[in-house]
Amino acid sequence: MSTHQFEILLLASMTAVTCALPGVFLVLRRVALMSDAISHAILLGIVLAFFWTKNLASPLLIVGAAVMGIVTVALTELIIQTRKLKKDAAIGLVFPFLFSIGVILLNRFTGDIHLDADCVLFGEIAFAPFNRLVIDGVDLGPQSLWTTGAILVLNLVFITLFFKELKLATFDPGLAAALGFMPVALNYGLMSLVSITAVASFESVGSILVVALMIAPPAGAYLLTDRLHWMLAISAGLGIISAVGGYLMAYLLDASIAGSMATFAGIVFLFVFVFAPERGLLARFIVRRWTKWNFASDTLAVHLLNSEMAHAEDTERIVSHMNEHMLWDTQYTSEVIAQSIQDGLIRKTGDKLSLTPLGREKAKESISKK
Amino acid sequence: MGAAKGKKETIKPAIEITDLTVAYHEKPVLWDVDFEAPQDCMLAIVGPNGAGKSTLIKSIMGLVKPAAGRVLVFGKTYRPESRLIGYVPQRGTVDWDFPTNVLDVVLMGRYGHLGWFKRPTDKDRRLALECLDKVGMTDFINRQISQLSGGQQQRVFLARAFIQDAPIYLMDEPFAGVDATTERSIITLLRELQDRGKTIICVHHDLQTLKEYFDHVLLLNVRALALGKVSDVLTQENLKRTYGGRTAFLAGMTEDEEPRG
Repeated sequence: MSTHQFEILLLASMTAVTCALPGVFLVLRRVALMSDAISHAILLGIVLAFFWTKNLASPLLIVGAAVMGIVTVALTELIIQTRKLKKDAAIGLVFPFLFSIGVILLNRFTGDIHLDADCVLFGEIAFAPFNRLVIDGVDLGPQSLWTTGAILVLNLVFITLFFKELKLATFDPGLAAALGFMPVALNYGLMSLVSITAVASFESVGSILVVALMIAPPAGAYLLTDRLHWMLAISAGLGIISAVGGYLMAYLLDASIAGSMATFAGIVFLFVFVFAPERGLLARFIVRRWTKWNFASDTLAVHLLNSEMAHAEDTERIVSHMNEHMLWDTQYTSEVIAQSIQDGLIRKTGDKLSLTPLGREKAKESISKK
Repeated sequence: MGAAKGKKETIKPAIEITDLTVAYHEKPVLWDVDFEAPQDCMLAIVGPNGAGKSTLIKSIMGLVKPAAGRVLVFGKTYRPESRLIGYVPQRGTVDWDFPTNVLDVVLMGRYGHLGWFKRPTDKDRRLALECLDKVGMTDFINRQISQLSGGQQQRVFLARAFIQDAPIYLMDEPFAGVDATTERSIITLLRELQDRGKTIICVHHDLQTLKEYFDHVLLLNVRALALGKVSDVLTQENLKRTYGGRTAFLAGMTEDEEPRG
C-alpha cells in the first residue's frame, strides 16, 4: 500500500467515525432527514463566508457552515410552530431554498476558483493527499486529515462531556426540561455538531454521501445493541468497515471512492438488517417459525390429552382422521405429526396416535398456562 | 380550632397559582386559573380532553411561559435547581425503543442531583436498586425497556420518581393503560409517599376511583371550575360544569344525587 492510499484510507475511516457519532442521535431522535437538510444548506454558509474572507482555507468557512446549519434548524422549527405544516414538509421547504441560493451564488460569482458544485456534491477524497499541511518546511500530512481529525476530537469531546444530558434529552425531553437540562439548547448544540461535521466531510465525501455515513452505520448499530454507549461504539465500527470496504470496492471496480463508500455503507446495513442476532430478518423468521411449529405440536398434544381424559372413541386418535379433527390440511397434519414424533411427544402404534409421558406432561403444562 | 387555624397560616401551600393564563397563539389553554395545593395532599386534576391539565403541570414547573399570572412553589418562583418537584411525564411521551435498560432509566431520575457533566456513582446505583425494589422490579434491572409491559413501564417511571426524592410530585396520568393489580400497587406506593409528607398531584381520568384514591381535587376545563376536598367538590352540578352536557356517564359517582324512581 502506498502512502497516498494509506492516507486516503485513514481519512475515509476518520470521516466515517466523525459522521457516525452525531448520526446516532439523529437516528434516535427520528430526525435522520435533518442531516440531509443541513449538509445541503451549509453550502450557502460556506459561499457567504468565502465572499467575506476570499480564502478557501479559512476556518471561517466552517463557522459560516455551522451558522447556516443552525439557521436551517431554526427556520424549520419556525415553520412547524405555525402549525400549518408538518416537520417533513418544513424540512423539504427550507433546505432546497438555502441550497439553491448557494448554488446560484456559486456559479454566478465564483466561476474562476476551485469551489464548484460537483466537488460540493460528491467531494474528491482521491485528491485529498495532494493538499498538504506544511509548516516551516515540514510536511505534516494532508490538510484534510488535520481538519477531520480536529472535528472528530470535537465530536468525541462533546458527546463524552454531555453523554448523560444527550441521553436524557433524547429519551425523555420532558424530564430533561423539568430537571433543568435545557433540551432545546442541547438540540441546537447537536445540530451545530452535525453542521460542522458535514462541512468537514464535504471535501472528502461531498454533501450527499455524508448523509449515508451519518445514517447507515447508526441504523445498523441500533439493531445490534440495547445500550447507547455500545450503539455509539458499534456505529463507529460499522463506519470504519464501510470506509475500508468501500475503498477496496472502488479500487477493484476503478470507481468513485465516495460513491463506493456510501454503497458499502448500505451493504453493511443490509447485512446487519438480515443477520442481526435478535432483531434481524433471519432471526425473526426463525423465531416465528419455531413458535408456529411449537404451537401446532402443542395443539395436537392437547387434543390427544383431551381425548385421553374423556376416554373418547379411538377415531379421535387415528392418524388418517387427524386432519378432519384438527381442520388442518392433510400435508400440514402429517408434517406436524412427524415433527411431534421426532420430538418424542407422541408415538404411533399401528394407525393410532398416543401421547408419550413427555408429551402428556407438556400438554398439561400448556393447558395450565391457559 | 383557632390555634390550628393560626398554625395553618404559617405553613405555605405547596403550590399557589394566581390568575394564571396560558395561551398558544393567543388561544387560551388555561384561562385565569387560581389554584392552591396544600402540603401533604393527594390531589387529582380532573377534566375533559383539551382542558389544559398537562399544560397546568408544565406551567407549575416553569416549562410553559404564562401569558399572565404567577406560580409559586413553597412561596417562591420555581427553579429546577431547587429540585422541589419530581416529575413523571405521560408514559406515551417517551420512546420505549430507546437503547437503554431499566436500571439506566431509573438512574435518569438522579441526574437532577448530579447536575451537569457528573456521572452516576455506585451510591446512585444503590439508590436506584432500592427504588426498583420498592416497585417490585428488581428482577428486571437489565431488561431492555421495550420488552416491558405497560404496567411494568409505569413502575419503572415510578421508581424514577422516587429516586428524584422531591417534596412535591407531579404525575401525568400515572394510571393510564395499567392493569388493576398494578393500579393497586401504584396507589399503595403513592400513599406511602404521602405518609412521608410528600405532596402528590396527578392528572387523573377515572372518576370512579377519584373518591377512593385522592383527598383533594381540581376540576379543570380551561378555567378552574372547582377546587377542594373530593367529598365537597364532587357534585353533579360541578361535574356538569366541567364536562358540559355529556354527563350521563357520571351518574352514581357523587353523593348529592336524588334517589331515582
